[in-house]
Amino acid sequence: MLKLLNPIMRLVEIPFLLVQKRLGIGMTAWLFLAPNLALFSLFTFLPIILNFSYATTGGEAILLRDRPDVGFQNFGNLLECENVLDPSSCRNDLFWRAVWNTVWFVVFQVGIMVIAALATAIVLNRKIRARGLFRGVFFFPVLLSPVVVALIWKWILQRNGLLNAGLESLGFETINWLIERHWAFFWSTFISIWAHMGFYTLILLAGLQAIPQDVYEAALMDRASPWRCFRKITLPLLSPTLLVVLVLALIKGVQTFDEIYAFTGGGPGSATTLIMQFIYETGFGVQPRLLGVAAAAAIMLAMVLIFLTALQFWINRKKVDG
Amino acid sequence: MARIVAFLTRTRAGKGRMDWTDWVTYGYLLFGIVLMFGPVAWLLLSSFKTGAELERFPPRLLPVAQDTLVVEGYDEPLPLFKMIAGDQEGRTLAQIRRVGLIAQMVDPAEPETRLKVNVADREPIERIAFAWSNYTDLFERLNFPLYLWNSTAITLTATAIMLVINSMAAFALSKYKFRGKLTVLALVIGTLMVPGTVLLVPTFLLVSQFGMVNTLWGVIIPGAATPTGVFLLRQYMITIPDEILDAARMDSASELKIFWRIIIPLSAPAIAVLAILAIMWRWNDFLWPLIVLSENDKFTLQLALNSFQGEFLTEWEKLLPATVLTLLPVAIVFMFLQKYIATGIASTGGK
Repeated sequence: MLKLLNPIMRLVEIPFLLVQKRLGIGMTAWLFLAPNLALFSLFTFLPIILNFSYATTGGEAILLRDRPDVGFQNFGNLLECENVLDPSSCRNDLFWRAVWNTVWFVVFQVGIMVIAALATAIVLNRKIRARGLFRGVFFFPVLLSPVVVALIWKWILQRNGLLNAGLESLGFETINWLIERHWAFFWSTFISIWAHMGFYTLILLAGLQAIPQDVYEAALMDRASPWRCFRKITLPLLSPTLLVVLVLALIKGVQTFDEIYAFTGGGPGSATTLIMQFIYETGFGVQPRLLGVAAAAAIMLAMVLIFLTALQFWINRKKVDG
Repeated sequence: MARIVAFLTRTRAGKGRMDWTDWVTYGYLLFGIVLMFGPVAWLLLSSFKTGAELERFPPRLLPVAQDTLVVEGYDEPLPLFKMIAGDQEGRTLAQIRRVGLIAQMVDPAEPETRLKVNVADREPIERIAFAWSNYTDLFERLNFPLYLWNSTAITLTATAIMLVINSMAAFALSKYKFRGKLTVLALVIGTLMVPGTVLLVPTFLLVSQFGMVNTLWGVIIPGAATPTGVFLLRQYMITIPDEILDAARMDSASELKIFWRIIIPLSAPAIAVLAILAIMWRWNDFLWPLIVLSENDKFTLQLALNSFQGEFLTEWEKLLPATVLTLLPVAIVFMFLQKYIATGIASTGGK
């Protein structure tokens, strides 16, 4: 396929050679860098700065010059609270509901997912038949789009769905899974684990395979039990990888949006509204579009994420040093 | 029999039989298959069911449809029933209409005589039938081809742009010494820390300033210069020996030729990994298209699927096949390229 482009390349090469002669080889690097850097500056660096301009201005206008300066009012709107533990006492109660939903979501999702991924990685690391196939089985859902994941499970959980049919055949009462708030939250966490677990399993599996086998053989000579092997060899030697996985899962978990939005739409009520959905709906989803408030919330989210990423870099560095 | 059991329970290590940890292992794997593939298989089976069958509770495993027959004197094909009790026991009748508990039936052999029977005395004649019409309807009656086209156009264009500019930038950052290189590199790594999700508001401003709201370009361009892609390719290109480049320069090859004829072919594995990742990211992308594209005729598959949910609240017979078709390309790519995807995702640490 590359060969097809060769004639075009020959044409481009003529002016390129002229420019290269004038600039010298060192400066030619900028030519290669230019397109990427231009898009990068425009759609990554500039937005980082503009985010602050939006966060400190009010109104519904998109153009910055039409937006009145309001100082830190947007942050005040979000943070004004009698008791942050009780969202209904806050000026922007939806924000705090979303914050607490996200906290609980992340705690359960990351906690259960990392444990399940570890168990799966250990199982896949054993001497089993058709390992490649089984690894694929657990990894497969990672590739599915969030909307598809949401629809697959919605179909199973709907009122006349497979799960309710199973429950009824066993003599239980059917449940409206996505209309009862606690169940909706449970299933939101569940599908998120289902969709992402394979990715972390893969990283942990790579970590497990890096542990030298002779350590286990030595332990076997001393008649150590499997549980003792796990506690005294696997866990300590895997802990750097486990930490990376934990932080990575936290970073992704805090930003969860797509699958939950397509799954429950944040409902019932605001039972499964997470912080990203709050930002989306405040800025784009509902009228009036409060871009300033959305930007302020995004900046606060960014601070959490930057803290987590810094933590990850720090762990990685310690891993290299150690 | 004992030999079969011995064969099946033989461990891979070859020493001894399966002990309890092996049983737990295979039990866990079996559970994993059911939990991970089961829902997808259920979706696939369900997508071939007719509307009536989808509403049935409790649902049946396989798609089943009632036999129908065109009877002389009636325009529509009539559903067939087997009589299991009453006067007509044993006969096969077609139903003309049903009023309450009484059905008006007709024997296909003698279409003039109408019979009245109790609905409790009959049983539908059914067979396994895949309702392919669910799929053809998507193309004939819905805007599905348009969404498919939008998604494909975005995915292919964005991937192509991303590969070209990312590999150029990675080349510059791995094979040249120039002033400002460290600054650029620091910026690239620094922005790895700021996810695009927190920059929605200002990025939307820029996109609307360029008049790209509600256009496919508005979805394609902002994500093209990914720091992840530059970083991945750079780490790979660093390993290409400088001597090859110097030898080419001795032969007075231009820098463009070096890039095109040496760097690109030698980095093909890394580029392939990035290509697969990029295709996956773009095909599955949801939040950014949701913000940029507000008109129905610009929707991607993901947006369309999501909007189908509200539009056809109970029309699962359209939603399910549409979902299957959306996950199909991913499933095909996965089957052929499993190994590359796995290593690619593990090496970039994210999706």
